[in-house]
Amino acid sequence: MSEFFAMGGYAIFLWPAYLATFLAIGVNIVLARRAHEDAKQEARRRIAIEDEGPL
Amino acid sequence: MNWAWFHRLGSPPHIYRIAGTLTPWFAWLAGLLIIVALYSGLVLAPPDYQQGDGFRILYVHAPSAWLAVMIYGVMASAAAIGLIWRMKIGHAVAASCAGVGAWFTVVSLVTGMLWGKPMWGTYWVWDPRLTAQLILLFLYLGYLGLRAGFDDLSRADRASAVLAIVGFINIPVIRYSVEWWNSIHQAPSVMKMARPSMPIDMLAPLLMMLLGFTLYFAAVLLVRLRAEILRRERTASWIREVLR
Repeated sequence: MSEFFAMGGYAIFLWPAYLATFLAIGVNIVLARRAHEDAKQEARRRIAIEDEGPL
Repeated sequence: MNWAWFHRLGSPPHIYRIAGTLTPWFAWLAGLLIIVALYSGLVLAPPDYQQGDGFRILYVHAPSAWLAVMIYGVMASAAAIGLIWRMKIGHAVAASCAGVGAWFTVVSLVTGMLWGKPMWGTYWVWDPRLTAQLILLFLYLGYLGLRAGFDDLSRADRASAVLAIVGFINIPVIRYSVEWWNSIHQAPSVMKMARPSMPIDMLAPLLMMLLGFTLYFAAVLLVRLRAEILRRERTASWIREVLR
């Protein structure tokens, strides 16, 4: 097992590379979902204001 | 000929719904492919005869570099469709691409540096391939910055579309840089006309990663596109129905 993590001596280069990649994958999932949720919230707010009508 | 299907295809509510249906399929398939590719790339594939286990950085470096370039292609094409045929959905797609593309350009540069240090002895050289990839990052950032500089959405769309299209010239430069110039970067092993120069147990994880990353991008793009459509279709009545 420790042999696997050592990656033939390349561990200090290889694991950070994998970490950076999967960090970006995770971040982009979060950012996309947040953008969609924010847009939905914004649209709901707009609809609520429209329904109240002119003050 | 009946063109109704074509107009329905381009209509925002239709795209919003289709995107919502497709996203989980792309996402789960991508996740499955990437997990299988991780195991076969890190455990099953044999070490390289020159680079030992260090070559396994390939399995994250090549897919992220592919995404960086492919996303730019999608972005420039969508921007051109928006600009030439005045299809707003084109601009919405282009705008949804840029952020993701910029992220994966950074990843391709970082993973490339981490591969370059043990193999070339340096994190960075001003090599044609590396420099062109850095320019790609600046194009993405320029695109995002330009859009942010406009209050008017349709002006932001048109100006940023021109930048995206002009910047496309950088894509063939990235692709052929290793052939045109005496680059330190290795030549393509897979994306070329001849047979891939890799045994199948090294190649299979790479192909699964490339497909997995592509499907992952499709899923992320569709979610971002839905957000973009909601933001653009401010007063449309169909939004009331989908949000209920």
